Amino acid sequence: MTIAAPVALDISGVRKVYQGHGREVEAVRELTFQVTRGEFVCVVGPSGAGKTTLLRCIAGLLDLTAGQVSLDGTKVTGPPEGMAVVFQEYGRSLFPWMTVRQNVELPLKEKGVPRAKRGEKVDTALEAVGLADSASAHPWQLSGGMQQRVAIARAIAYEPTVLLMDEPFAAVDAQTRAELEDLVRSLWRRMGVTILFVTHDIDEAVYLGQRVLVLSNRPTVILEDVTVDLPDERDQLTTRSSPKFGELRGHVYEQIQAAKKGYRPDEA
Amino acid sequence: MTQVATAPAAATRRRTPRRGRDALLGVAGLAVLIALVEVLPRSGAVDSHYLAPASEMARALFDQLGDGEFWVALGETLRGWAFGLALAMVAGIVVGVVVGSVPFLRSLTASTIEFLRPIPSVALIPLVVLIYGSRPESALVLVVYAAFWQVLVQVLYGVADVDPVVRDTARSYRFSRWTMVRTVIWPTALPYVVTGFRLAAAVALILEITAELIIGVPGLGRSIGVAQSSGAVALTYALVIVVGIVGIGVNVLARVAERRVLRWHSSVRKDIA
Amino acid sequence: MKAVRQIAFVLALPVILVVVWWFASAGSENFFWPPLSKIVAAFPETWNADRLTGDVLPSLGRLVVGYLLALVAGVLAGTAIGLSRSLRAFCEPVLEFFRAIPPPVLIPIIALFTGYTGATPKIVTIALGCLWPVLLNTVEGVRGLDEVLLDTARSYRFRRHTRLVRVVIYGASPQIATGARQALSIGVILMVISELFGANQGLGASIVQFQRSFAIPEMWTGIIVLGLIGVVLSALFRVIEYRAMAWYRGLRRAERGS
Repeated sequence: MTIAAPVALDISGVRKVYQGHGREVEAVRELTFQVTRGEFVCVVGPSGAGKTTLLRCIAGLLDLTAGQVSLDGTKVTGPPEGMAVVFQEYGRSLFPWMTVRQNVELPLKEKGVPRAKRGEKVDTALEAVGLADSASAHPWQLSGGMQQRVAIARAIAYEPTVLLMDEPFAAVDAQTRAELEDLVRSLWRRMGVTILFVTHDIDEAVYLGQRVLVLSNRPTVILEDVTVDLPDERDQLTTRSSPKFGELRGHVYEQIQAAKKGYRPDEA
Repeated sequence: MTQVATAPAAATRRRTPRRGRDALLGVAGLAVLIALVEVLPRSGAVDSHYLAPASEMARALFDQLGDGEFWVALGETLRGWAFGLALAMVAGIVVGVVVGSVPFLRSLTASTIEFLRPIPSVALIPLVVLIYGSRPESALVLVVYAAFWQVLVQVLYGVADVDPVVRDTARSYRFSRWTMVRTVIWPTALPYVVTGFRLAAAVALILEITAELIIGVPGLGRSIGVAQSSGAVALTYALVIVVGIVGIGVNVLARVAERRVLRWHSSVRKDIA
Repeated sequence: MKAVRQIAFVLALPVILVVVWWFASAGSENFFWPPLSKIVAAFPETWNADRLTGDVLPSLGRLVVGYLLALVAGVLAGTAIGLSRSLRAFCEPVLEFFRAIPPPVLIPIIALFTGYTGATPKIVTIALGCLWPVLLNTVEGVRGLDEVLLDTARSYRFRRHTRLVRVVIYGASPQIATGARQALSIGVILMVISELFGANQGLGASIVQFQRSFAIPEMWTGIIVLGLIGVVLSALFRVIEYRAMAWYRGLRRAERGS
């Protein structure tokens, strides 16, 4: 788009093949895209499209069969510095033997942040997600939505360059999901962090993102890179009922339906 | 839906079919152990008074297989084990069901059970020696005492696990106590009983061997003690290996029983609710 | 009122049993079952300071040393084996075999190596016997660790030491605690048996000496002391486990509730 926007994430020619039940499965065939600094990009695709595989590859948790992922110009070979992941299974990603505060603090400790600063960052993050009062509780004492907020707080306290979110609200009820969506957007606007958000919920993708990458089914390639030209100020009620939203959403929906039927760009 | 998306990722790291490779590795592990046991004593790295070469252990084992006394001893061990286990199971189940289904008894006996359970049955050895000397009854007392608690605790868990809704339904239909036990309590408690069996079987073997080793009750344990004190090194190890195999056998038996009963149980379970 | 009721339940049966024992054995002439009064009377003489320091303490000391050795070795080895699939496959048959050997049988083996006098063989016996439950349960616990937890630790680039201790070992701790509990009862058994096999000093040895010299009431006091030790150690373990595993209990409760 603009000339000098620095590229935070550069995904180029990523391919992932893995062994499953005695045969080779090509999960991801060829993915190439870029995410500039400060962008909010959503990724949607039909079920089984390998969205999570892609995210794990970008996060450095999986090895690539081919291609390369670069974070701020540096190649990613393992979990890189400057990246934080929020998993869908919030209950399983928070350490149950630690309090909320300890959970949020631990990555900072590992990063080497001195104690006083750590305390500050933890407090700020917990406040930002609205959980300042629950700092000494244990994760399992909190509701699902609150637990996911803790995971988000942990991620933003870490102050990553890029925040990866893997269907973070899929396991949460609709009302909480709406709150969390708004929370993420407001955090994004306040902190200017780059976000790559994977979801199966088309409405969510259009509502949240500046761009929506639509994936084909397996073996995955990018079907389309949809620009979401909705205003920056978004609101669950008005934005979602705006005609532009309906248009974009309909378009993405069609693409997904086509993807489910096996439509692939190279065959078109 | 998301399951499908995450499963591939998991498969990449965990479920890749290396079962064949795992089996090979396991065999390799055993082979390395046997090789070590063969080489170390032969090379003099370990004194052959401490460790006999594996081949000699094997020979001693084979010799035993042809020795009538060995089979008698094995039979004695197994008999003592089985008899004690059976007694413990019966006692444990009866007491467990009775105590477990009457809340008053439950709270009355709770402290006593908690107190008696951790008492090591070996504490009874001197007493038992006095009364029964080295007759099999000595072993029986120890085995039953130790195994009983394993069974009892599990049965109590099982009875406590009865779905209150099911129990109230039965009560509202005025089932007799016996019918209640038969159709409600027993099926629920069955998995626990089987777990108790598995735990008790292992403990029973330990105590049986202990009694034979320490007190001199007839059986493999005694044979081991004799072999060791007369310096028959290879024989000692051979007999220990036999005991180990018996232990594995007991374990396998218990697990097979567990699986068989639980499979049947899950079909029965559907009928209760 | 409720507290009184609870206490009543806790004490009722034990008190009744003791009373019954007392009166049933009161005039007993039976050699093996002396009157409870006699047994109680024998306590202060038999278990005086000398015997406590000369016999009981060393026995307990050996137990503690052996147990701790087994704990440390078991957790370390168990963690290493649990984390590596190849290592686990390699060791599994061997471990299964050693696990199936009843711990008391180790005694003659150890006796082959070092004879059975002195503290060391006994400590080794206890340590070896306690090792297996700890080791195997640690392996199970580490294996069963939630993948997402491990991924989280990796994605936040935890240092290796942190990952191992604060994630893996903490995460496996409920299972490790189970193993530690089993190991404790085995340890007590081995503590006694190792002394019955060959010793002239120690708790078990004392009891055997009483038995051999037909000092029956004293022998009974020994049995009671042994029983008490078993109970106290078990209670102690439970208290520690209770504190340490509070988070786990909460977690299970929350899981079950939802």
